[in-house]
Amino acid sequence: MIAFLIRRIIGAVALLVVISMVTFAIFFLLPRLAGTTPDDLASRFAGRAPTPQTVQAIKERFGFDDPVPVQYGRFVKAIVLGDTYDTGTAKIDCPAPCLGYSFRTNTSVTEQLLDRIPVTFSLVIGAAVIWLLVGVSVGVLSALRRGTVFDRAAMVMALAGVSLPIFFTGLLSLTFVVHAWGLLPSVSYHSFTDNPVKWASSLILPWTTLAFLYAAMYARLTRAGMLETMNEDFIRTARAKGLPERTVVTKHALRATLTPLLTVFGLDLGLLLGGAILTEQTFSLKGLGRLALDGVIGSDLPVVLGTVMTAALFIVLANLIVDILYGVIDPRVRHS
Amino acid sequence: MKSPRLLALTAAGTLALSLGLTACGGDDEGGNGGGWNAAVNKVHNPSDKKGGVLRMAISSDIDSTDPGNMYYAWSTNFSRLYSRSLLTYPAKPGPEGGKPAPDLAESLGVPSDNNKTWTFKLKKGLKYEDGSEIKAQHIKYAVARTFDRGVLRNGPSYFSQLLDADGYKGPYKDKNLDNFKGVETPDDYTVVFKLKKPFPEFNELVNFSGQTAPVPPEKDTGERYGLRPFSSGPYKWEGNYQPGKGGTLVRNEYWDPNTDPHRKQLPDKIEVRAGLDAQELDNQLLSGQIHVDLAGSGVQDNARAQILQDEKLKNNADNPPGGFHWYIPINTKVIDNVECRRAIVWATNRDALWRAYGGDVGGELATSIMPPTVVGREKGTDHFTKAEKGYTGDVEQAKAALQRCGKPNGFETTMVYRSDRDKEKAVAEAMQQSLARVGIKLNLQGYPANTYTNDQFGSPSFNKKNNIGLGTYGWLADWPTGYGYLQAITDGDAIVESGNANPSELDDPQINKWWDEVMTIEDPAERAKIYNQIDDRARSEAAILPNVYARSLLYRPETLTNVFFHQGYGMYNYSTLGVTE
Repeated sequence: MIAFLIRRIIGAVALLVVISMVTFAIFFLLPRLAGTTPDDLASRFAGRAPTPQTVQAIKERFGFDDPVPVQYGRFVKAIVLGDTYDTGTAKIDCPAPCLGYSFRTNTSVTEQLLDRIPVTFSLVIGAAVIWLLVGVSVGVLSALRRGTVFDRAAMVMALAGVSLPIFFTGLLSLTFVVHAWGLLPSVSYHSFTDNPVKWASSLILPWTTLAFLYAAMYARLTRAGMLETMNEDFIRTARAKGLPERTVVTKHALRATLTPLLTVFGLDLGLLLGGAILTEQTFSLKGLGRLALDGVIGSDLPVVLGTVMTAALFIVLANLIVDILYGVIDPRVRHS
Repeated sequence: MKSPRLLALTAAGTLALSLGLTACGGDDEGGNGGGWNAAVNKVHNPSDKKGGVLRMAISSDIDSTDPGNMYYAWSTNFSRLYSRSLLTYPAKPGPEGGKPAPDLAESLGVPSDNNKTWTFKLKKGLKYEDGSEIKAQHIKYAVARTFDRGVLRNGPSYFSQLLDADGYKGPYKDKNLDNFKGVETPDDYTVVFKLKKPFPEFNELVNFSGQTAPVPPEKDTGERYGLRPFSSGPYKWEGNYQPGKGGTLVRNEYWDPNTDPHRKQLPDKIEVRAGLDAQELDNQLLSGQIHVDLAGSGVQDNARAQILQDEKLKNNADNPPGGFHWYIPINTKVIDNVECRRAIVWATNRDALWRAYGGDVGGELATSIMPPTVVGREKGTDHFTKAEKGYTGDVEQAKAALQRCGKPNGFETTMVYRSDRDKEKAVAEAMQQSLARVGIKLNLQGYPANTYTNDQFGSPSFNKKNNIGLGTYGWLADWPTGYGYLQAITDGDAIVESGNANPSELDDPQINKWWDEVMTIEDPAERAKIYNQIDDRARSEAAILPNVYARSLLYRPETLTNVFFHQGYGMYNYSTLGVTE
């Protein structure tokens, strides 16, 4: 198991290095190849009608004139060894792993990420709990009551959930639940440690909106998995042994169905932890997704790099955890 | 396959319908919002009631809260809540609001040495948020900071261009302030600006930005000063401003209202929220949860439709001219024959372009380049077009111009626009249809707004390489004179390789000569004549096609007091607002 873990961790680190190179190339190299000059880049960070002196000063400040490999080297060096940031009046140490400083806000990217992570985690984990509970339950019940009105209604709802984009359902829920009916306050993030009740009440709408999409997908996946599993030989054997139906369903059928579901869940969770961009944007939540979006719109390359690396890290970690959990959930994996 | 556009429209429609219902079902007793345009030329809902929380929001982020490092009018308008400058706009509706007035200074700057030296005397007893005194040296330091363009990169660069301090790199690279010769402080209450050449509009220049807001050197944190500017105004920051999220302003007990006629200190607290989704911001504005949209450019299309269809909402709205002119620069290097450019102007369907910007509510058909808010501006002659509703262009005149240009069958060029702005796309499409009538083939190409004015339309080499002959554009005066509006967009010397504000690349010897001479003229009325000549010649050369003087649709919740449209900023004035809640 330890060898397996070490192998996976080394693989994960290598993957992160590759992702950093690809991201750097996309945001630093490709624009140059497409004709964006260091002057163009610098003028994006100046006020209107910038003078050549201003453009030159910004280029020097951010090192835009340096060759792209040199800029990448600076980025990697800061991650490995840390960096020092000159505000003009003071030098601030940025210890390793230093992801640099935002070109726009002049604040540490690491600090920004740490500030945004609780928002995204609160959103995603809360929604994940809902979609797992609702999605799996509905999926199991639909499979057990195949062809009934419940099954059909549930699958229609699931189809709607999968089909409707979050910006649509989010906008609708905000319009009616908050503005028209006044059932919930406007969405704004409150820290869990400051006020758990406010934290929860302000996130109910984003949770349910995000969960609606994923619960629908998970209900369909669970239903399909359960229907397939219930026809397996080991289920027939379990029934023949005289086990109660509840045991057959929960201990045998559902457990086998959960294995592929776990793979999907790991990927979904990892992806969303890296930033639920549409949900955060719709509900004006300042999470990692919104940070990444702002970074891209504002050409804030250190922020873009930082958020992409963080998202990649979450996906890699989520997959690692899923791999480990396989062994716990599925005896076939454990025994093999 | 579902259509995202259809879904978005459905959602928008549902939103509009539901909010319309909400508005209709609201409390009629509070329904008198003062009326349509009630806050355009007078103070609406005047009050000196103290208390409450004023809530402001913006859909983007604030470029910087450092008064020395901001450019946009709304930023400067907002910064007046926590900073004072040598001069500032008076907090008055109507044309009076657009004139410079003393703030920290006792009076406007006094010129000498043929407008090359400008002296300001400070009021005495002015204090910062910690009770320490504001001194002339702090203003010198604030101006010196703006010379480091790598650190303070957002703000205007007028001081570093005009002051007689060549070679000075700013206080971060040269700690000895004595080496900065552009500003002298003979005593604690006198600030003397030394200019390289005469500049009779120096009061206007000082007035329009926050770059003379004092900064004590020991409080300066360089690039990070914007996270916690040291207050000299009625409010101070409670903790740091959090980029992308917002911050809170609380009362500054050391601010003295007797020294400051331009501000009030009514709300107990001012909460600023950044990064709120634009549509949600409008929803919260209409429902009164937010009092002010900081950007001041007006509501989005959905809210606009709701307001215009609902009398009660309309009573709380204003539709003033914001000072912006949406015009179309025609590149004089890409289309170098003036007759070819004139053919474009003749063929343009002005009515279609005006409608693309929203018709009457969107703005007025433009005649001159300078909008009516510019002091001394004349309406001007319509060159090769008519600024009239229903005017669809003159095809025969356009064809004749094409003959003179030597291209009787027309020619091909590209028009660019900001792809994330529907109105600009509509303008480009209207231009394409207009010009097709005379054989001019217009290829349309959209680019993202965040790179458009720098990398694409703001880059002469990009325009040349891609045969970009025209594009959508808009401009707002730095200060409301011909210089403040026209210089950057018509002076050949202002053309730069990136972020070029003169996309016509107008480099006309006569216009350049006028720009060289105009600052030697003492009389503002005489200067205004020159500005009008420049305006006229730029249109006569068909380098700029006037389009629409923009009107914005501003909404003021009923709980907001002392609301009025400020001509200097082109939006509501923020420094005197209060709330009744």
